[in-house]
Amino acid sequence: MNKKETELKPEDFNTHIRPTWCLGCGNYGIWNAMKRALVTLGLKNHQVLAVYGIGCSGNGTNFTKTYAFHSLHGRSLPVATGAKLANHKLNVIVMAGDGDGAGIGGNHFMHTCRRNIDITFIMHDNRIYGLTTGQASPTSDQGFKSKSTPKGVLEEPVNPIALALSSGATFVARGFSGQVKHLSGLMVEAIKHNGFSFVDVLQPCVTFNKKNTYEWYRDRVYKLEDEPDYKSDDLMQAFEKSQQKDKIPIGIFYKIDKPTYEDGLKQIERKPLVDHVISDVDINKLLNEYF
Amino acid sequence: MKTENVSIKIGGEAGYGIMSTGFMLSKVFAKKGYFVLDTNEYPSLIKGGHNTYTIRVGTSPIYSISKSIDILIALDKKTIDIHREEISYNSHIIYDEQDYSSQDIGGKRKDLNYMAVPFTKIIEEVKAPRVMRNNVALGAVLALVGISFDLLETAIKQQFQHKGDKVVELNTRAAGLGYKYIKEKLNNSTPYSLEEVKQKNKMLVTGNDAVFLGAVRSGCKFYAAYPMTPSSSILHSFASIEDDYNIVTKHAESELAVVNMALGASFTGARSMLATSGGGFALMNEGLSAAAMTETPLVMVLSQRPAPATGLPTWTEQGDMLFAVHAAHGEFLRIVLAPGDPEECFYLTGKAFNLADKYQIPVIILLDKHLSESHFSYEKFDSSKIKVDRGKLISEPIKEGKDYKRYEINSSGVSPRVVCGTPGGVHIANTDEHDQHGFSNEDANNRKEMMDKRFDKIKELVKDIDPPRVYGPPEAEITCWSWGSCKGPILEAMKTLNRDQKKVNLVHFNYLYPFLVDPVVKLMKDSNRNVIIENNKTSQLGKLLMLNTGTKINNRILKYNGRQFLPEEIISGIEQL
Repeated sequence: MNKKETELKPEDFNTHIRPTWCLGCGNYGIWNAMKRALVTLGLKNHQVLAVYGIGCSGNGTNFTKTYAFHSLHGRSLPVATGAKLANHKLNVIVMAGDGDGAGIGGNHFMHTCRRNIDITFIMHDNRIYGLTTGQASPTSDQGFKSKSTPKGVLEEPVNPIALALSSGATFVARGFSGQVKHLSGLMVEAIKHNGFSFVDVLQPCVTFNKKNTYEWYRDRVYKLEDEPDYKSDDLMQAFEKSQQKDKIPIGIFYKIDKPTYEDGLKQIERKPLVDHVISDVDINKLLNEYF
Repeated sequence: MKTENVSIKIGGEAGYGIMSTGFMLSKVFAKKGYFVLDTNEYPSLIKGGHNTYTIRVGTSPIYSISKSIDILIALDKKTIDIHREEISYNSHIIYDEQDYSSQDIGGKRKDLNYMAVPFTKIIEEVKAPRVMRNNVALGAVLALVGISFDLLETAIKQQFQHKGDKVVELNTRAAGLGYKYIKEKLNNSTPYSLEEVKQKNKMLVTGNDAVFLGAVRSGCKFYAAYPMTPSSSILHSFASIEDDYNIVTKHAESELAVVNMALGASFTGARSMLATSGGGFALMNEGLSAAAMTETPLVMVLSQRPAPATGLPTWTEQGDMLFAVHAAHGEFLRIVLAPGDPEECFYLTGKAFNLADKYQIPVIILLDKHLSESHFSYEKFDSSKIKVDRGKLISEPIKEGKDYKRYEINSSGVSPRVVCGTPGGVHIANTDEHDQHGFSNEDANNRKEMMDKRFDKIKELVKDIDPPRVYGPPEAEITCWSWGSCKGPILEAMKTLNRDQKKVNLVHFNYLYPFLVDPVVKLMKDSNRNVIIENNKTSQLGKLLMLNTGTKINNRILKYNGRQFLPEEIISGIEQL
């Protein structure tokens, strides 16, 4: 998978449908970063399965030319898990929002982290429900006023980084869709990581989220790799950074090597499930056990 | 005295080996070549409560248990109190005098043979734990029916081998003493002597076992589930063989995860199945709808138990049929199958996978607790009768330049499906309405075309499913209409009714949806008097028949107390018509 082998350019991952996102939407940055990452990794269209959730991020299904499953709201992670278990040779990437990942699908997020299955979850975290016209999301700040919370959100926001860390994820990163090159680099590392990788992407919603804008993020983000003392295999340090509020760290919070879920499955050691011939499975031995 | 069949009921507290005792007894009968059917009843408790295991064994096919019991084995006091009236005239009760003195029993029913066996004393003598009292009883029963002890030894070995030689030995000794005790007491006579049968050793399977076996034979590669009675044993079976058969079994975090994982695996090209009960199926409804929209094959097993809500978790009912037929939002095709016994479970599961693949639609297999967990004896299933047909599935690379359309519109409604990862076949499986390539599309014409495309499948599909099957005399005074596991008790009732010249037959549905109108209308025209027999309150088959044929069947025999039908109830129901 070195760069020379690939013949594809980022635009080769475009379909004939042009994105329908609002002008300036943070999704463009994520989309471009992803296409670049796939090129860097030398992946071909058919080697990638992208599983999308619902919402603006989910609309991306139509714009990116890979195998894709546009799943139900919140259910992208289990779809991806099933697909990966059936064919672990596929590069499986989940593209879903903070509603999918931290709200309706929050339970799947926790369990996919601890499962350490080799899939990559890119969370499009715009801290709002965009496609349903601007309601608060699980990652909206406390006090955030929206159509569904006119007096301000009463709950603490979900902290996706801390949640992933505490759930046992082996690769946890945060990117910013305003810094495409940096984000693309994180995606490359995430996809290369052997195990579950999670990238929380700070993404402005230019139409409905008037608080967490490009400027707001630009004033706050800084790169973890610029911190000389930061060690990305130190869970406690990662937790500490996940709690920082005045400034927002981006980069790789945590990365360790651990056996993956697939490593524990003897039945797929030799070849993926889908490659087994099933035309004449012999169950005689099994039948005899019922005598 | 030679008998055609014997009914045995074992009762006691949960946690005291009722299940294993009953199962071993059934196993001995099946090994001997007899026909066996057993069923267990238990509350939703780990220990305590009142459990029973009922076995009916005979020299000719047994379709259901019966109301009257020939031998009652009481492992506690409660058992005699609860079941005394079920015991047939002049039959036997085996009990321990430590639990129940003969004084307590005397006077209540004088016709019965009270056979006190000192379970506890025997157990103490061999220094075995109290939990092994059931084995003493087991030995005692064998002596009553005149079956040699060696088969029980084999069954005990099979059952307890994994617990070590010591456990096997203790259990065998306890059983041996029970056997000896009764033999001596009866002076070697056997009150219930079954004719010798020429038949071979039989297999003993539950509906769940049979679905599992059918699925493995069909090449199911991915099985996901969340434990829920009465479907859980399918999960355990898959988990126990996953390495031997290269199957991934996933106990997922929720039913929502289960259905979506199965969808992902199926989209990738692996045959996938899941099983659950009504509550779990309710949670899976959105996923069912997603399978339909993405045209992803999926086999779903729904084993019914009494509901709504948590209902009676360990009891039986046929209350989810119309739910399965109409489940999930939107209009779409699905297939609903309802096997009536384990043999049908096995072959219909094979059919379910083929139909799911061929038509790229979800297939629901309806079971119920009675069918899922009761054991039935059979000759070995013929696995060569299950053929694998994957339909229009492409796994070869698609030539460059060819415009592959995943949802191509053609006359059959079924478009070639490419295995995810195949070069040249890149496409979207889209839960949004989509065009022929899979791209989201809200155009009015496209919507109509795609709806029609998905429904066009029915033209071929109806040729692949069978009309209801008629059992009994083709012309009868009374025709019973039923589905699923009611088959057994009705067939059993018909034995008696037709002996009395009542002339009853049965129209039994294995395929509930799509509904084949013409053959059913013809059957209705040909029948004289009709009666619906169902394990539910509102006659769901009756509604389905009315919806599809416009004909209402007014006579109904319905049972919805959480217990399956007994043939005697059907006989009296029909006699009262």
